[in-house]
Amino acid sequence: MLWNAFLLALREIRRNVLRSILTILGVVIGVAAVIVMVTLGGGATQAVATQIETMGTNLLMIRMGQRMGPGSGIGVAPFKLEDAVALQRQVPSIRVLAPSANQTATAVAGNSSWATSVTGTDNRYLDVRNWPLAAGRVFSEGESRAGKAVCLIGATVQRELFGNQDPVGEKLRIKTMSCQVIGLLATKGQSSMGHDQDDLILMPLRTFQRRIAGNLDVTMIQVSIKEGESTEAAKADIERLMRERRKIGAGEQDDFSVRDMKELTDMLTGTTRILTTLLSAVAAVSLLVGGIGIMNIMLVSVTERTREIGIRLAIGALEREVLLQFLVEAVVLSSLGGILGILLALVAAVLLADVLQVPFIFNGGIVITAFLFSAAVGILFGYFPARRAARLDPIEALRRE
Amino acid sequence: MTAEAPVTTSPLDPPAPILVEFRQVTKVYGQGAAAMRALDGVDLRIREGEFVAVMGPSGSGKSTAMNILGCLDTPSGGSYRFQDAAVETLSRDQRARLRRNYLGFVFQGFNLLNRTSALENVELPLIYRHIPAAERRARARAALALVGLTGWEDHTPGELSGGQQQRVAIARAIVTQPRLLLADEPTGNLDSARSHEIMDLLTGLNRDRAITILMVTHEPEMAEYAHRVIHFRDGRVTE
Repeated sequence: MLWNAFLLALREIRRNVLRSILTILGVVIGVAAVIVMVTLGGGATQAVATQIETMGTNLLMIRMGQRMGPGSGIGVAPFKLEDAVALQRQVPSIRVLAPSANQTATAVAGNSSWATSVTGTDNRYLDVRNWPLAAGRVFSEGESRAGKAVCLIGATVQRELFGNQDPVGEKLRIKTMSCQVIGLLATKGQSSMGHDQDDLILMPLRTFQRRIAGNLDVTMIQVSIKEGESTEAAKADIERLMRERRKIGAGEQDDFSVRDMKELTDMLTGTTRILTTLLSAVAAVSLLVGGIGIMNIMLVSVTERTREIGIRLAIGALEREVLLQFLVEAVVLSSLGGILGILLALVAAVLLADVLQVPFIFNGGIVITAFLFSAAVGILFGYFPARRAARLDPIEALRRE
Repeated sequence: MTAEAPVTTSPLDPPAPILVEFRQVTKVYGQGAAAMRALDGVDLRIREGEFVAVMGPSGSGKSTAMNILGCLDTPSGGSYRFQDAAVETLSRDQRARLRRNYLGFVFQGFNLLNRTSALENVELPLIYRHIPAAERRARARAALALVGLTGWEDHTPGELSGGQQQRVAIARAIVTQPRLLLADEPTGNLDSARSHEIMDLLTGLNRDRAITILMVTHEPEMAEYAHRVIHFRDGRVTE
């Protein structure tokens, strides 16, 4: 019976191809919108997570001041190299840490100049940030200790100052200092906050303090926690030690911050997820509207086919057999819409992912869910017209022209 | 009153068993002062193998009687026995099963499914009997052959003449081998020559296949094909 109802439904749909297509358009668009939203949202979340991961996992950042962003450390005592030494020695869960100081300065090479972020640090910075070299070599022990005028440059700086030319071995000038490029950092791309991570120059901390900053300040300490150690515990240890070293009394506020990259990841991916959910909900509403479209056409169809229903009832069709026939027709229609919607969504998602520079991640779960939902819409909105058909009085129905 | 007549071809045979029986059947439409008695205490008995014509002016209650006989409607009072079943006590689904298993309908307006081939139209009642597709097809072809439509199986009603359409409808009605064939003015939409062809067909089915036939008609000429005629007037049987 079910199979016969299915065949009948296909025949009815074929008879009214244009009407059927228009009927299911709402469901097609609804399903497609839901899948596209969820797929792209998933891609965006993934992209944020990956970008943060490129900054190094188990990473803590110790900054001056409480807020994030520029200007937060103004009026606050800076860190010293000794703080880093003490942390490394006294907090056992720290795998490696990298003290650094930073300033914006203009670098000049040949006829090109480029304002960039100049950071004084050492090789541990590359370790903490999980950042390999694309060419050249890292700082030697001697260069770091003696504060030699050597530097590593990011991909953006290389492009702006040297173009396609190999920068390794070339000289560039920062303020009054001439500096030899000994290596090129691998490309990291944009950070999750939208700033270009490749726009920087690294040099030994000692060189930076003496030749650029003119003081012995350390403005940031980045810490990498040992695998398997609790980030929370390490954070607490660091905070206790730093309060002690900075002589912050009980009850006083920290004048520094220790931030966990995981917090940041959660915050940003959380935001993306909320947005995805909201957009998907809006898309789901259009799926419901599509369902109402199906109900409308099924009601029209029942009216048009009143005589047919009368004939079927007269020759012995049971109420539930007529109900099933119309219900199956509605479900076949809406499922067809679901299938078309899925195909449309996959094409659209691949194209949009490319345009929006978000990875396309196939989400089988949402495809199946959307399909089942479209079938459910058919049952939900097909039931009322089907029941109306089944309850028709055969005598009345046969009289209808 | 009971309309009864010898049925079988030889008067020496014992009377055939009773197939359907009305006892004081009434049908009232509406309520109170506006109530209209379409059937007013009808007694009726039809034996197996009979060919009965029903005549009467419009509004005489014959259509109402046909609807009740066809289990499409239920009486307001009295009893209707079909074989051993008290139809007035059956549910809608039970009546549908009765129609499916024992009744065949032929309508004045043919009532075939449009845009559906003759073969599929004839197959339709078999679908509701859950008969496998191959057997369904074979039986539908045989029924079409019986009404002389071999070669027309794939034509849709729109491609057939009125007489042919009524043959398809008859094939649909007899494909289930019903006990009772109800024909509501089967020749009402046909010219005289086609009408006689259809009547010959019905007579043949009644004679050769022992199908009991109850036929409503306006034309005395057509009623002459029947063994006996029942007249309706003002909701009563008058003969």
